Amino acid sequence: MTVLRPANAGEAEDMIGWAMAEKQPLEIVAGGSKRALGRPMRTDHILDLSALRGIIDYEPAELVLTAKAATPMAEIEAQLAAHGQMLAFEPPDWRILFGSGDEPTLGGALACNLAGPRRPRAGSARDFFLGFAAVNGRGEAWKAGGKVVKNVTGYDMCKLQAGAFGTLSLLTEVTLKVMPKPETSCTVILSSLADEIAIPTLLGALNTPHEVSGAAHLPQAAARRSSVEAVASGLGAVTALRIEGPEPSVKDRVEAVEAMLGRGDRLDRTASERFWSEAASVVPLLDARGRIVWRLCPTPNQAPGVVHAIGGELHSAEAFYDWGGGLVWLTLEADEAGADGGAGIVRGALTRAGGHAMLVVAPDAVRAEVPVFEPKSAAIDSLERRIKQGFDPAGVLNPGRMWKV
Amino acid sequence: MITMPPPDQAVLARRAEIVAALRRIVPGEGVIDSDNERRAFECDGLTAYRQLPMVVVLPETTAQVSEVLRYCLANKVKVVPRGAGTSLSGGALPLEDGVLLGLAKFNRILDIDVENRCAVVQPGVTNLGITHAVQGHGLYYAPDPSSQIACTIGGNVAENSGGVHCLKYGLTTNNVIGLEMVLMDGDVVRLGGKHFDSPGYDLLGVMVGSEGMLGVVTEVTVRILPKPPGARALMIGFATIEGAGDCVAAVIAAGIIPGGMEMMDRLAVEAAEAFVHAGYPLDADALLIVELDGCEAEVNHLVAAVEAIAGKHGASSCRASRSEEERLLFWAGRKAAFPAVGRISPDYYCMDGTIPRRRIGDVLLRMKQMEARYGLRVGNVFHAGDGNLHPLILYDANKPGELQKAESFGADILRLCVEVGGVLTGEHGVGVEKRDLMDTMFNECDLEQQQRLKCAFDPESLLNPGKVFPQLCRCAELGRVHVHAGKLRFPELPRF
Repeated sequence: MTVLRPANAGEAEDMIGWAMAEKQPLEIVAGGSKRALGRPMRTDHILDLSALRGIIDYEPAELVLTAKAATPMAEIEAQLAAHGQMLAFEPPDWRILFGSGDEPTLGGALACNLAGPRRPRAGSARDFFLGFAAVNGRGEAWKAGGKVVKNVTGYDMCKLQAGAFGTLSLLTEVTLKVMPKPETSCTVILSSLADEIAIPTLLGALNTPHEVSGAAHLPQAAARRSSVEAVASGLGAVTALRIEGPEPSVKDRVEAVEAMLGRGDRLDRTASERFWSEAASVVPLLDARGRIVWRLCPTPNQAPGVVHAIGGELHSAEAFYDWGGGLVWLTLEADEAGADGGAGIVRGALTRAGGHAMLVVAPDAVRAEVPVFEPKSAAIDSLERRIKQGFDPAGVLNPGRMWKV
Repeated sequence: MITMPPPDQAVLARRAEIVAALRRIVPGEGVIDSDNERRAFECDGLTAYRQLPMVVVLPETTAQVSEVLRYCLANKVKVVPRGAGTSLSGGALPLEDGVLLGLAKFNRILDIDVENRCAVVQPGVTNLGITHAVQGHGLYYAPDPSSQIACTIGGNVAENSGGVHCLKYGLTTNNVIGLEMVLMDGDVVRLGGKHFDSPGYDLLGVMVGSEGMLGVVTEVTVRILPKPPGARALMIGFATIEGAGDCVAAVIAAGIIPGGMEMMDRLAVEAAEAFVHAGYPLDADALLIVELDGCEAEVNHLVAAVEAIAGKHGASSCRASRSEEERLLFWAGRKAAFPAVGRISPDYYCMDGTIPRRRIGDVLLRMKQMEARYGLRVGNVFHAGDGNLHPLILYDANKPGELQKAESFGADILRLCVEVGGVLTGEHGVGVEKRDLMDTMFNECDLEQQQRLKCAFDPESLLNPGKVFPQLCRCAELGRVHVHAGKLRFPELPRF
């Protein structure tokens, strides 16, 4: 195993050029916190980008930040917070989920197109990705997009890079749109709603003008694991709605939501922040130890039906809902899930409802055999392979990360 | 003037045969080949460029679109997709040897799914038509290009259209969640849907803003949003452009994202005021219109905050709307700015660059200097919140050489936008208009990567060729693997 550590983008270009010439596949690693996400890979070399770090330009009044790709997320968030700003897509921290002690980076969040609880209102990483510099699998340095918030010049290559898991080009420098951090936030919690009542309630609330920016539902077991007392102390399920904004506005909107849904408990700003960070990081709300973890994106109003269909066949299934039902985290006991990690049953339930599922945590052997990403139609599959072939003809960038080579 | 690729004489010679084949796919009036009727399709909103298409096809079903594309691929016939033809960059300019594929008959709303906050519509539905269909539920479709009464959602997808409210609510790309599209080989694929995100590469994201060069969209699923309960607008005058620019920066820095934040310069203000009598301050060099939306408590809170910021930044006047009528009156002048400028000049040419907002002062100053050089005047309306400039160059097409002068002036303005760290186009697209300026922003290698994407979708370069890229795609050449000498720089690494 060789570790290549480019000191700058130019060296990364040379190293990939070498890899292509010698047909030597590379695993791309920035901080390394999400190495376990996607299909397991075996490459002889790691391209370690950790030296490509640091904020290059940050203009709070322009809402634009440019940084080297492997800049730690903590550094980005601290800088933004100092100016009352944030990454609105709320990149989740999955270190505990993957049992990783490594540092999440900005480039990693973009390459995996992450999104946290604000997803239904704000969008995901791809929606804030304005421009980048990169090196493709041919060792060619290139750039796309711009450093302004509104730009339609040429194809939107940022979308292609976001969520490509480093399989098309290696990001070296990225530019993002940042947003003001809400002045305050408050979370309204409702107790003991059945899933079939809770999800329509959340969807109804998302359809009001009260600008709900978090809409999660925790069945009883998940709620009990929360470290937020008001959530854990109840006996039943917990349904949570977050309201953010200027103080007088939050006060009015919280009252409006309670007038509509009934008075529940309120989580103040500190408790609210803790709760949504738990929902984003999945653990502790679910116990992932030794279990299979799936991440489902069903058609939101179909979510309870999907969870119950899976639970009907796999009794160890445990789940909670975010994004008003648009996101379901589901765990299974490995033994019960069987050799396919439960893929047949999970994906079967989704086929009827609409949506897709990603196998997030499972033994390497399972993730090597079961498609980690939802399988696609033949036409889309061949289109994606043509794209990959164009950018990385020798297959040196994260080969096998997204699909079997 | 930009030149289009020379027509393929072999295709032109087969015109009658091609028309007959298309008639077998789309029967009745769906294939148009007479000179008179084709004339209606000879240009889009960039009217300086005109070309009769070889033939116009108006299919009604996805199966017909698929068959037309399959036929065109087999016969190496170029295809130009078209929505309502309101593009300001010539994205739907026909080709002499190409089929113009109009999607106007795809005009049905298929599904309004209130619970999942989305609507499924055909691409020929107008932008405003979507809002009209869902407003009974208190919902609307957020992106609002100024052509929204006429432009279609299919065209919006092709151009990634914006509008006045996109700083807060996003562009088309942030509000489209699913597509059905036909690839050049006739394959029908679905991208996204009512759910969040998609597995694999974000082909949906790539399709939005691809200017009709990657596939033909036959169905669109859009996100619909609850209508904000209220809004108020502020009309703020400044003695200098810099003062207005500083105020905009201060509003954003204070953590406020207005629903809309527009700037107009003196020429635009005077023209608009003379046209609609909105009560605009005629003593100001720059006028800001700032709209705050949300619940009443939020709107009043933010109006007070913006008033205070405006005062601190030397506003010469500041009025907040006290009624819905007054809010609409404040906007009337801005919304009528283009026709208002049209009243004071026989013709105008609308540009669309984006700049970092902090450079607004120097950019407008440099534009003034260019006015003297070109002997043409410029009025400016500006999506100040996101730095998207719309300089309107006044000219008279009947004076020989003046259109060419206006075009050169416009190109210089766009080069200036790039020079100060901005981009060629914020929302109108590259199309034909800015095609030959692409190399001011991108080097050859950058453009090759965009072409690699194009080649994966359309290896024969039959979909809307001659747009966006200064050179036609050379897919075979791009596909070759070159191993450059000098890349083998790591002698310490093992060889296998």
